[in-house]
Amino acid sequence: MTRRLTVLALVALVVAGCGSGSDDDPGDSSGPLVVSAASSLQKAFTDYATRWGGGNVRFSFAGSDELAAQIQQGVKPDVFASANTKLPDELHSKDLVEKPTVFAGNRLVLAVPAKSDKVGSLEDVERPGVRVAIGSETVPIGSYTLGVLGRLPQAERAKIMANVRSKEPDVKGIVGKLTQGAVDAGFVYITDVKAANGALEAIELPESLKPSAAYGVAVVKGAKHPDAARRFISGLIRGGGRRALLAAGFEPPPQ
Amino acid sequence: MRRSRAFGAVALVALVAVLVFLTLPIVAIFANTSPGHLIDGLDDPVARDALWLSLKTTALALLIIVVIGTPAAYLLATRDFPGRAVVQTLIELPLVLPPAAAGIGLLAALGPNGILGGALDDAGIQLVLQTAGVVVALVFVASPFYLRQAESAFGAVPSSLVEASRTLGVGEVGTFLRVSIPSARPGLLAGAALAWGRALGEFGATLMFAGSFQGITQTVPLAIYDRFSQDFAGALALSAILVCVSFVLLLSVKLVTGRGALGAAAR
Repeated sequence: MTRRLTVLALVALVVAGCGSGSDDDPGDSSGPLVVSAASSLQKAFTDYATRWGGGNVRFSFAGSDELAAQIQQGVKPDVFASANTKLPDELHSKDLVEKPTVFAGNRLVLAVPAKSDKVGSLEDVERPGVRVAIGSETVPIGSYTLGVLGRLPQAERAKIMANVRSKEPDVKGIVGKLTQGAVDAGFVYITDVKAANGALEAIELPESLKPSAAYGVAVVKGAKHPDAARRFISGLIRGGGRRALLAAGFEPPPQ
Repeated sequence: MRRSRAFGAVALVALVAVLVFLTLPIVAIFANTSPGHLIDGLDDPVARDALWLSLKTTALALLIIVVIGTPAAYLLATRDFPGRAVVQTLIELPLVLPPAAAGIGLLAALGPNGILGGALDDAGIQLVLQTAGVVVALVFVASPFYLRQAESAFGAVPSSLVEASRTLGVGEVGTFLRVSIPSARPGLLAGAALAWGRALGEFGATLMFAGSFQGITQTVPLAIYDRFSQDFAGALALSAILVCVSFVLLLSVKLVTGRGALGAAAR
């Protein structure tokens, strides 16, 4: 009995050993191109990848800041696409990514549930009792929102901020709270409203608030597939990537 | 003899592997956090609000779980009725539910557009994006931990004890309070500690159902996640504080139940 147990335990150890050994087996240059991209790029990038002829692409979609933090902690995707230019610039200054390129623009809008008519304009958001969700100041959507609202007169901004009921760690959280009726209004990108398939309506913000945002992309230093990464990025500037971005509601990069 | 020694060695290797794997992340949290950083972490109003809110909501959730869960678990442990296994399984379901699914389920049930949303609204009860919503989420994810432990603790109370109490003329309520609960106490406390620990660490269901707002719904795990990107050191410090609180909690329950068992033996 004891011997049988010993054998079983040894077999288990050997199997476990094999499992971990085979993980780092494949050659470095093979395997999919790994792209870390902001959550808001999910639809456009997934569409782009299905038509891209450059081989398999594996995506990791999350908040840009979270992905940047991972790269700082030593995670090495091939491409980092951020919902701002600040994070790629910062990583570039720390020599963690190559020189970033601006590849798309997006626009902050006021989003409301399509079924609700409680909020019809930015002024409505100032009324007491209106529930608002914004992005946390630690993520790009949140810092954009604060920057845009910062261009409003102090009194109006204070009224809106007093109505904020949740600071979400990513855009999906804001959209979810809106579609579930937990809040009456939220600040998201125009592309998020498009991706919600009719559940949300967008209310444009005045040009004077400068609601446009630029997206930056860069090849990560030490990437396993630098050439494929560069091809992927050039397709974003002109090619299939650009078409997928425009179809998802993105704008050409602001000049 | 030698064979069993070989098995002992293999088992020892396994135990060491388990220990290293389970403690390395916790060691890393403290290795990267100086005591000064821990204090600084507490000095920040966001962290203090989060810690206070976490203690408040988890304590309230635990109170609800224990008050309602104890008689429910007693019934499950002591009565046989048709469909008992189904009831037990249903109660255990939140254990295997991913927190995100729990959050979605709570929204679909109690959210403004949920099944009971209209009724709650009519009654003037607001849960979503409120502190009360955090408590609801915590009770949902943590109660199975207590219920399971409490049920097996009550099940292990010798029926001779209960029968003796009843023969001596003590009513069912009296027996429940004065015989069953004291006998099951170590198990009940262990269950309560597990439930409290689970509630302290709750993240997904809280975020989806209650949102994240400083002082209202942003518990420590949500504050850690919020800091992670911009202030890794601050996130580590807050994690270290949460680990300390949980450790003290688990240890004190171990000590209390240990002493309780000894005291019972001495009597």
